Formats: sequence, C-alpha cells, structure tokens
Amino acid sequence: MQDIDIADLKKITELIFQKYRYDFRNYAMSSFKRRVLRILELKKLNVETLLKKLNDSPGFIYEFLDELTVNVTEMFRDPGFWRILREEIIPGILLNHKQFKIWHAGCSSGEEVVSMCIMLKEMGILQDVTLIASDLDTTILERAKAATYTMKNMELNEKNYIRFQGTGNLKDYYTEENGVAVFDKTLLANVSFRKHDLVLGEVFNKFDLILCRNVMIYFNQTLQNEVLKKFHESLFKYGYLAIGSKESLIWCDYASRFIVVNNEEKIYKKIKD
Amino acid sequence: MNKFNLNNSYKAVVIGGSAGSFQGMIKILSQLPKNFPLPIIMALHRLKHVRHGFVEALSIKSVVPVTEPYDKEPVKKGGVYLAPANYHMSVELGHTFALSTEEMVNNSRPAIDITLGSCAYVYKDKLIGILLSGANKDGALGMKHITDKGGLTIVQEPSECMIETMPKAALALTKIDHVLKVDQIVEFLKELDKQYK
Ligand SMILES: C[S@@+](CC[C@H](N)C(=O)[O-])C[C@H]1O[C@@H](n2cnc3c(N)ncnc32)[C@H](O)[C@@H]1O
Repeated sequence: MQDIDIADLKKITELIFQKYRYDFRNYAMSSFKRRVLRILELKKLNVETLLKKLNDSPGFIYEFLDELTVNVTEMFRDPGFWRILREEIIPGILLNHKQFKIWHAGCSSGEEVVSMCIMLKEMGILQDVTLIASDLDTTILERAKAATYTMKNMELNEKNYIRFQGTGNLKDYYTEENGVAVFDKTLLANVSFRKHDLVLGEVFNKFDLILCRNVMIYFNQTLQNEVLKKFHESLFKYGYLAIGSKESLIWCDYASRFIVVNNEEKIYKKIKD
Repeated sequence: MNKFNLNNSYKAVVIGGSAGSFQGMIKILSQLPKNFPLPIIMALHRLKHVRHGFVEALSIKSVVPVTEPYDKEPVKKGGVYLAPANYHMSVELGHTFALSTEEMVNNSRPAIDITLGSCAYVYKDKLIGILLSGANKDGALGMKHITDKGGLTIVQEPSECMIETMPKAALALTKIDHVLKVDQIVEFLKELDKQYK
C-alpha cells in the first residue's frame, strides 16, 4: 500500500480549493488521508496523476467528491436517539409551534430523512413540518431523492426500526422491486433536497431542529467551531441541535451558547443568541 | 532483571483483539500496575449495534475504568480507551482521538488495522502493539505498520489462543518481537511500568 505525506495532501486540498471552491483544508487528517489513499487505489492513480486529473478534467471533481466523502448511513441509526426525538424533543417543539422546520445537514443517501418522515407520519404531524436535506456530494443527493435502498441494507434498517418501536412495520412504507426497497414518495413531499456546503456555504434559513450527525467528525476542531457558529445562527432561540452519539461540543467555543438536553444521545438546545 | 530489555521512551500501548480475546484482555486490565504511565488504546471486535455493556464488562475488573472516547477527546497518559461500537477509531498527530463511520475494513468496524495503523503513524518507534486471539486477519497489516515505523510488537502465543488466526496472520506478514502468553504480557507491562518509576 502506498503512503502519502502531509505536503501532498496539502497540494490536493489547495488545488481543489483554488479551482473548484471546495475547502477540505480543515478536515480531520486521519480520515482524510485514508480517503485520498482509497481513491488512489480505486482509480489506480498516484499523487501526481491525481493532481493532473483534478486539474485537467473538470468533470472528475464530482466523482472525486463522491468517493472522498464518507456516505455510510442507516435508517433509525441509534434507535434510542429516535425514541428521545419522538417522546421529548418533538413534543417540546410542538408546545410552542404547531408548524416547524427541520434541517438534515449532511443527509448522505437520505436514510435519516426517510426515518424522520416516517416518525413524523406516525406522530400524525408530517404535514406540519418543512424539511431541508442537504449535502455537499451531489451524487449522493440524487440517491437521497430517489429514496431507494438495496434490500441488503434493509435487514439492518428493519432491526433499527423495531428497536425504535415504530407503530407499524417498516414494510408499510416501501415496495420491493428487483432487489431494492422503493420508499413511498409521498413521505418526502415536504422535503427539499439541496446542495449545500457546510464549510463555504451561507446560512440560508432558520430552524427548530438541526440534525448533523456523524458529519463534523470529519472536520478538525477549528472547522467544527466555525460550522457550529453557522448552526447557532441557523437555529431559532431554544431550537435543538443533534450531533452523533460519539461527538461532543465541549471543545468548541460556541458550546457555551447551548445546553445539553440529552447527553447520551447528544442533543443540545440553543439558549443564547 | 530487565528481561524484555525495555526503556522509558514509549508513549502508548495499542491492543487489538477479536474472538477469544475477552478473557485475556480482562486479565491484562485487572493486573495492570497502578498509575500505569502510558495510554492503553484498544480496538476489539464487537457487535456493531450494541452500544452498551462491553465497556462496562471490561471495566468491572480493570484497575483503571475503561472509556469509549468521544471524537476529538485528548489521549491521556494512563487512560484506558476502547473503540466504540460501529466507529473506526484513530489517533491524530495532535494526540486526540478521531472517530469515523467509513466502510468496514476486514468486515469490521471498528477495524484493528485502522487503529494500529494510525497509532503507528503518530507514535512511530514509541509505540507498543499487542495483538490477541481472533478469527480473522484484521490487525496483521496494522502490526506491519508498527514494525515498519520501528515500534515494538507482541502477539499472543497462538497455542494459547482460543482462535489463532489473528496472531498467526501477523506472524506471517511481519517481524514480531515477542510471542507471549497472556501472563507474560502482564509481566511485560509490569516491567515496562518499572522503567517509568
Ligand atoms: C457519514 S454521512 C452522515 C449521514 C447521517 N447523518 C448519519 O449520521 O447516518 C456524512 C455526510 O456528510 C457529508 N459532508 C461532508 N462534508 C460536508 C460539507 N462540507 N458540507 C455538507 N455535507 C458534507 C458527506 O457528503 C456525507 O454524506
């Protein structure tokens, strides 16, 4: 296996930033390096030929982004988190607003969004919620819009749904066609999918709940703090932010403007402007 | 007296294990010298969707409570860390943990190769890598990275392992400094501890 040094990684991130305006310069080094090494292996490239390809073939950047980003996800990932949303967080929001807005930042192939819509439907409030699902990777966003998942993944999704204790059966929401689960599109009627870069993108709306789970683990601390600032600005006062169960805000300066509402599932609430 | 010819230049101990490694791991943790001077970083294969129970089971007899670090948590001397369920665990150059949900490696997440490989990169020849019983070849490549960077490597004596595939794969792939039974690994860590006192 080839190795790659930090100077070469810097050349790659600089080129991508200068030419395409994606900024990976503050991504966490260990995973970023593995992703680049993986691309070199998959595409049979070395650092020089990769740089050349990025420079000479503009279409290649999308392929590159799709491989670079980690898109692994599940429906109802951490079922305990979803139970808390259903039993505490959403009821808390409903006390003040009958209609509200949710942002899935870094939605990947959309399993988290479909899970949310199923949960809201079972709570009888799907029609009252506006959802925005965004990701940097346009290839994966198309997959999210399609909401079709290979049956191979459905076993795990079903297990998570059962542990979430949904009111129905996950099968109620999809039909199986040629080895893929095709989810009912009406579930996603209130979801707008959009390309959005958390690093360079602007704050574009205000939300009652933001989910950004297992995304900021790919950022370094500096970038985490910058992105947290954007989330802070994108939340109404007393709005909620959910991050991955093994992430923490305690190393971010902006953490002092939030309180922890559920430490186990890492749900925070904005308490200060 | 200094049987393993150790010194006090090491900065971390990283341990990989899979099927059949639990009892050995418990023994090591329960006989760890008090105020052990180095962090112990463990990547053990485990059920992907069971977040609770494992770290508690390891902690019961351990001299130091075992924790599953958060992403970006600093690696502390004397801390005993376990890779959390369904995440790969690395160490960054600034000595903080980094978690990731990348694809499985060797059918595993956490993968031992990822933890060992990142520690080798960060700690170089100041690292001790230990590989215990297991039923697949995860960890072998990680041990090679440790050897290549000049670190010290130990595998559990295959004849003592419940499943010998893992230590044998490492022995086949790279130079291993010591092949030891769990009791000898305990002795090794005691001797290592003495170098720092
Ligand atoms: C591991 S997935 C998280 C999926 C889901 N939230 C979960 O927890 O299962 C991480 C996603 O973050 C996206 N991502 C990475 N950097 C981003 C950025 N700068 N802006 C927006 N999305 C980004 C990736 O494309 C990827 O789809």
